[in-house]
Amino acid sequence: MRLADALFLPLRLAWRQLRAEKARLASAIAGVMFACVLVFMQLGFRAALFESATSVISAMRAEVFLLHPLTLASFRPEPLPRVRAGQVLALPEVIEATPVYMAQSTWRSPADGSRRTIQLIGFDVQSGSMGFAGLPDVAEALKRPDTAAFDIRSRPEFGPVQPLLEAQQGRPLPVQIGNRTLDIVGLVEIGPSFGADGNLVVSETNFRRLVPDRPFSNTDLVAIRLRPGSDVAAVQAQLRALLPGDVAVLTHPELVAWERHYWETATPIGFIFAFGSLMGLIVGMVIVYQILFSDIANHLREYATLKAIGYGNGFLARSVLSSAFILALLGFVPGAVASALLYDVIGQATFLPLGMSLDRGLTVFGMIFGMCSAAGLLAMRKLRDADPADMF
Amino acid sequence: MHPVEMAGVTYAYGSGELRRAVLRDVSLTVAEGEIVLLTGPSGSGKTTLLTLIGALRAMQQGSACVLGHELQGASEAARVALRRRIGFIFQAHNLLGFLSARQNVAMALETEARLGESKRLAEADRLLAAVGLAEHVHKPPGQLSGGQRQRVAVARALVANPGLVLADEPTAALDKASGQEVVRLLRDLARSRGVAILLVTHDPRILDIADRVVSMEDGRIVSAHRPAEGPAG
Repeated sequence: MRLADALFLPLRLAWRQLRAEKARLASAIAGVMFACVLVFMQLGFRAALFESATSVISAMRAEVFLLHPLTLASFRPEPLPRVRAGQVLALPEVIEATPVYMAQSTWRSPADGSRRTIQLIGFDVQSGSMGFAGLPDVAEALKRPDTAAFDIRSRPEFGPVQPLLEAQQGRPLPVQIGNRTLDIVGLVEIGPSFGADGNLVVSETNFRRLVPDRPFSNTDLVAIRLRPGSDVAAVQAQLRALLPGDVAVLTHPELVAWERHYWETATPIGFIFAFGSLMGLIVGMVIVYQILFSDIANHLREYATLKAIGYGNGFLARSVLSSAFILALLGFVPGAVASALLYDVIGQATFLPLGMSLDRGLTVFGMIFGMCSAAGLLAMRKLRDADPADMF
Repeated sequence: MHPVEMAGVTYAYGSGELRRAVLRDVSLTVAEGEIVLLTGPSGSGKTTLLTLIGALRAMQQGSACVLGHELQGASEAARVALRRRIGFIFQAHNLLGFLSARQNVAMALETEARLGESKRLAEADRLLAAVGLAEHVHKPPGQLSGGQRQRVAVARALVANPGLVLADEPTAALDKASGQEVVRLLRDLARSRGVAILLVTHDPRILDIADRVVSMEDGRIVSAHRPAEGPAG
């Protein structure tokens, strides 16, 4: 048999067999689709949570960062000496070093007065180290005393800040943070994370007003911008040599990875979603196995007849695997479409950055294909029961 | 060389104390164009003999040369390859229910690399027309009568131009007219193409088509005679 025939003919036989029993085919596709949606959801949630966990860090527009070596995550920073921000200016490649301050405070909803913890992010609002959308429009206003910009992507429990601000018709919206009253003068876009359901951007001076017990000599993070074309790795190495051991020097990708690593290892989130994906695959595999196994069992005489008239075990095995491949494909396509729709719906409800990506699509297809192949390989053992000698 | 030449074939199921011999020192030859009927009571070994000649089982003792290939010690792949040159007709038609009649017949040609799809289907149509089913080529087995299904099975057995046809009770499930039609087809095939045909049957209606009737009992051939002559010991 030619190679093309050796692959095409079993595939065609498998398709004809699957197509003949439409109810069984529909239930098999539904099973694969179910597994597919389950895996897409688990991987989507996992990626979205990790992405949201690093949203503040990702939005920073600096090439190198300083932080305390014992800092585990940005929402719980260990302070480092602020003077390090001045020291790094000794390198000619450095054009700006911005101290960044982070703290949690209490937000009182302007709508109903309910309290909720919010993350304060303080820095020199004129510096270019922070790339939060909307920041340039409010940077000038944020220099005024007791002003703040509210993260529009904060969870809705913080109140309808945007409509209330719009209702002020250009005047600031007064809100209570901790024991101070601040004016919301504009909106930025950052997004909630594991550590914070909402964010408030303030100037360095206003941060000190809100968190007066924080020593002036300390900061939480230093964002360092380099001259265009600088060798980031070389500057990183120079800074490590220049600075004492009370700071860690990380590039932007390293900082994002460090933040992500914390959430992956310090919480069971990674394991939970990996386990959820595995459960989905196992359920899908059992469904496909049952379908393929009962298909073979119900057609054992036909398989034995094919063996009798000269078809080898290889052909029949390829036919069973072809069935698995067809089911993987037919289940994956609607599963991916349904998942994309669910991403949209759930993303709007949870404010998580859920979205379909080519990478994830290929990954899930690979997993579903592997799942169906494993089911096919298991079901194939039943082919041994098809003995052509029993046909007489 | 004849299509079937068997000498001293012994076969047993089980092992040790459970070993039970079903064929004992069987020798049989079937010539080209010859129709041989195998008869005998249930358990006499005729079905086992058929499965050995059809390369459906591995040989144990003795020699069996089928269509020029020695089956003693033959590999699984060699037996599969030989089976493509043998036509099989089963008591139950064993057609694939999800395929049409022509697709079922063409399946017997799909193991042949030399034939393209269109030629395979043309050959299937030709054979189905030869068995009187030209009007039913697109019907699945579920829409055919018992006799029509068995005729599709005959077409499937013959489409690859086999050198040998093995049939097990091909008329058992058929009414008299359908049974005679199938028998006529087999007889014409043997005469026109010189195909050797070996049938296991208990159907007395088809004894007269045989060139030779071989009776088995307790794993041995106990008589071989022409139908008109009656059994000889």
